[in-house]
Amino acid sequence: MLRTGAVLVAGIIGAVVLNAVLAEFIDDYVVRVINLCGVAIVLAVSLNVINGLCGQFSLGHAGFMAIGAYVCSLFTTTQRYYDAASAQYVSEPSLAARMAEMFGADLAAAGSEQLQSIAAWGFLPGLIAGGVVSALAGLVVGIPALRLRGDYLAIATLGFGEIVRVVITNIPQIGGATGLPGLPPLANTSWIFAVCVVCIVFSVNLQRSTFGRALIAIRENELAAEIMGVRIARMKVMAFIYGAFFAGVAGGLLAHLLQTISPATFNFMKSIEVVVMLVLGGLGSLTGAVVGAIVLTVLPEALRDVEREVNLPGIRMVVYALVLILLMIFRPQGIFGQRELSLKLLRRVIPGGRK
Amino acid sequence: MAETVLELEGINVFYGAIHALRDVSLCVNAGEVVTLIGANGAGKTTTLATICGLMRPKSGSVKYNGADIARAQTHELVAQGLVMAPEGRGIFPNLTVDENLRIGAYARRDKPAVAADLAHAYEIFPRLSERKRQKGGTLSGGEQQMLAIARALMSAPKLLLLDEPSLGLAPLIVQTIFATIDRINKQGVTILLVEQNANIALKHSHRAYVIEAGRVDIEGDSAQLRNDPRVKAAYLGEG
Repeated sequence: MLRTGAVLVAGIIGAVVLNAVLAEFIDDYVVRVINLCGVAIVLAVSLNVINGLCGQFSLGHAGFMAIGAYVCSLFTTTQRYYDAASAQYVSEPSLAARMAEMFGADLAAAGSEQLQSIAAWGFLPGLIAGGVVSALAGLVVGIPALRLRGDYLAIATLGFGEIVRVVITNIPQIGGATGLPGLPPLANTSWIFAVCVVCIVFSVNLQRSTFGRALIAIRENELAAEIMGVRIARMKVMAFIYGAFFAGVAGGLLAHLLQTISPATFNFMKSIEVVVMLVLGGLGSLTGAVVGAIVLTVLPEALRDVEREVNLPGIRMVVYALVLILLMIFRPQGIFGQRELSLKLLRRVIPGGRK
Repeated sequence: MAETVLELEGINVFYGAIHALRDVSLCVNAGEVVTLIGANGAGKTTTLATICGLMRPKSGSVKYNGADIARAQTHELVAQGLVMAPEGRGIFPNLTVDENLRIGAYARRDKPAVAADLAHAYEIFPRLSERKRQKGGTLSGGEQQMLAIARALMSAPKLLLLDEPSLGLAPLIVQTIFATIDRINKQGVTILLVEQNANIALKHSHRAYVIEAGRVDIEGDSAQLRNDPRVKAAYLGEG
């Protein structure tokens, strides 16, 4: 308990320091890629609990992200939309602004700087609310997971993601198909990596807990797990709730990093992308999820330079696909398999190291 | 007479339209080893699945320590000491032997007792203790069967259901497994044993039921059934 707390505090301080260092010395483009890596890590690690540990093949992560992103944006962003009934543009203040008003702030008189700081105050509650609403959706999706297996579950969760997207497209109040522009740029490296640390620390503890072992037991042999007294139904739903919560938070982060979201941001390719990260890293390995997330975020960007060198526009996606295909041929269990990065593994891998 | 631990009365179980168990009645008394023998597809495994809450009987009653458990959830039964070691050895292949055993104690909260039982399980099955860190899937068939039984023991069973412990094992290993079953029984665990290998099951049990096409055909003391001409002809390959 104490150790977990210490790691969390150290990690969050580390994230803040990292933010300061990056902002000072590193160029904005690279910082942005690093931030995207952070979001990807949260996504992959959270999906790993559902797909990797519990073995429930879910393709609904984009749906959870979308929910988190949109709920979070309600807290931080003034929503402007065209109201067909009155034939004019309407503007709804953000929840943070409304709260500020309740505490006596005069929004009309406030300068832009003040408005920005009000929005910033809405960010943390927004992230948490996004996570919670998304977790509730996870509960709803988790229930069909009790009856469906394998491919059928994948299709059902894919359907869920698409439903979320279509529903958002048809709500003009949150931007409809056009999406929401002008989100405040609140998700900096501090926020993203703080969430990253929380997500990883929680997931490491979860994996080592009785709950984590129960999830693995379900993946390994559902019938045997049930016979051993594991409450299959409850555990599966819990896995979905856990994964959905962090996917929602990651959605909130991504929204405030990209500053523009639309339903198309969260199409099913996004879900597939996260699954590919997991498979690449090694399904069921937390280290693998982190590495997969970083590789698949950095690779397409790094290949941009290659593309410029050889002067073949578009070749980067070909190389990207080739890398994936080759990896699946030569290492189908993923980079890490089900192993975790530990000192023991390092000693074994590094030649000449002590046994 | 010892008290009755488990009592099935006239249960009927269906797989869709197929009538798998017809009016099956049987009872197990405290301290006994009772065996249920029969051919493939006779309904042995279905009987066990019904007892531990994986299948629901359409009619009839299942009583465990006097309480009706026909609608109980599996995890509730495990908490009450009714545990099954599944057929085909149903172990967790990618977990180590040690992790497999710890999952056996999943439903328990009494940590010191769990540690003691873990040591005890390794004492009963020294082979497993040699392979603590090995993955379950890399064990031999006999070792996997030992692991399945040891894992069931980890949930502190009062009534242990064993589904075909001899399945696919070499005769020598089967001897070891059954010697261990005797030993577990002597330590106070009541056992209901399902077997195709009637010969060895009858040697290592007090009473037996013969099930055929979903019906209990013959029942009685195991020693008696070994001399019963019908059993001899059909299941012991004699006569």
